[in-house]
Amino acid sequence: MHKWRAGMVLVAFTLVPGVSFADSGSKLLATGGASTIEGAGGGGIVPWATLSSYADVGEWGATVNVSEVAVDDFRLSVQGASLSWNNRVEVSYARQTFDLSTIGGELEQNILGVKARLFGDLLYGNLPQVSVGLQHKSNQSFALPSAVGATEDSDTDYYLSAAKAWLDGPFHRTWVANVTARRTRANQIGLLGFGGDVDDSAEWVAEASVAAFINRYWAVGVEYRQKPDNLSFADEQDWRDVFVAYFPSKRVSIVGAYTDLGSIAGLDDQTGWYLSLQAAF
Amino acid sequence: MKALMLTAALLLTPLASAQSLYDQLGQKQGISAIVEEMLYRVGGDERIVHHFDGVDIMRVHQLITEQVCNVVGGPCEYSGESMRVSHEGMGVTHADFNALVEHLIVAMEKHEVPVAAQNQLLAKLAPMYDDIVE
Repeated sequence: MHKWRAGMVLVAFTLVPGVSFADSGSKLLATGGASTIEGAGGGGIVPWATLSSYADVGEWGATVNVSEVAVDDFRLSVQGASLSWNNRVEVSYARQTFDLSTIGGELEQNILGVKARLFGDLLYGNLPQVSVGLQHKSNQSFALPSAVGATEDSDTDYYLSAAKAWLDGPFHRTWVANVTARRTRANQIGLLGFGGDVDDSAEWVAEASVAAFINRYWAVGVEYRQKPDNLSFADEQDWRDVFVAYFPSKRVSIVGAYTDLGSIAGLDDQTGWYLSLQAAF
Repeated sequence: MKALMLTAALLLTPLASAQSLYDQLGQKQGISAIVEEMLYRVGGDERIVHHFDGVDIMRVHQLITEQVCNVVGGPCEYSGESMRVSHEGMGVTHADFNALVEHLIVAMEKHEVPVAAQNQLLAKLAPMYDDIVE
């Protein structure tokens, strides 16, 4: 139900002709990034130091987004929204549904995120754009995570991100890199709860993305996300993906990726597709 | 041997970007047209047009054209004030700066400047940010 509602809103905002909105913001095309599976602005699986939408100094912006990840034995559906102000603060919300296609059943999680730009700028000056953020996650289906050894049904991730663009990078293309350090004890980003029988304390993990813009509308890139391994019942592995992003206008962006999620809940080699659609206004 | 060297030279030529950046922008005439297009778009942009109130726009056009021509290695001298002096007290914001950059990019697209050349010019102009924005 929620999935369809979010989808309808997205369609209404992007495709219905004659519906007009205020200026979409002054930040340059694509610099708002895409929407991650946790709701924050960024790549696909890594939150970036950039803020969602095109809200520049003195402006407000918002996004709504839907994402689907389909790997061999699981399917993740995400509906999210974000609000940004002044190229300074971003508040985001995401609802995740993780369909255990093979095992049977479903896991759900809600994520409330806040991100603030501390200093620097993605495009201008020598410093990278540096932001701090938090993601408060509440698992809505804790029976299974609890049964496999998770200790908490909610927790908060904290992260520090730095992002920089090189306008005239290799091959005279614009390149963007982002690195994120996250303090977390989430199992499979929280879908399997927080903390566990092997390790119950939070740890720092590293995440990174690199993208090259073929032109200002199309980008290709890679992402990597390190993850904790807190549960004895199954190995948890790092995630990675290769993506193509399309920014036809400041109103809409589309990201497609081939993703490798490693082993999840004892089922190895989970690879598949990722598709994300964002409307900004 | 000669044929081999000729083939190698032909294969490598595109990588060396045969044309200079100045040439790819269409030399002084092309740069002038791009700047004109950019300023025309600025004139219709209520976010930033107020910065040009009471300004001699023909003079602005001449100065920006000279400056772009100069930074891309063209045979031009920039005859205006430094960026810091000419923007002092104007209150140009990050958003205003981005708006102008966007108009420049669209102007270059309209004049079919290749992406590589667009990026090279933007990279040469971006360092002016610190002197222009308050």
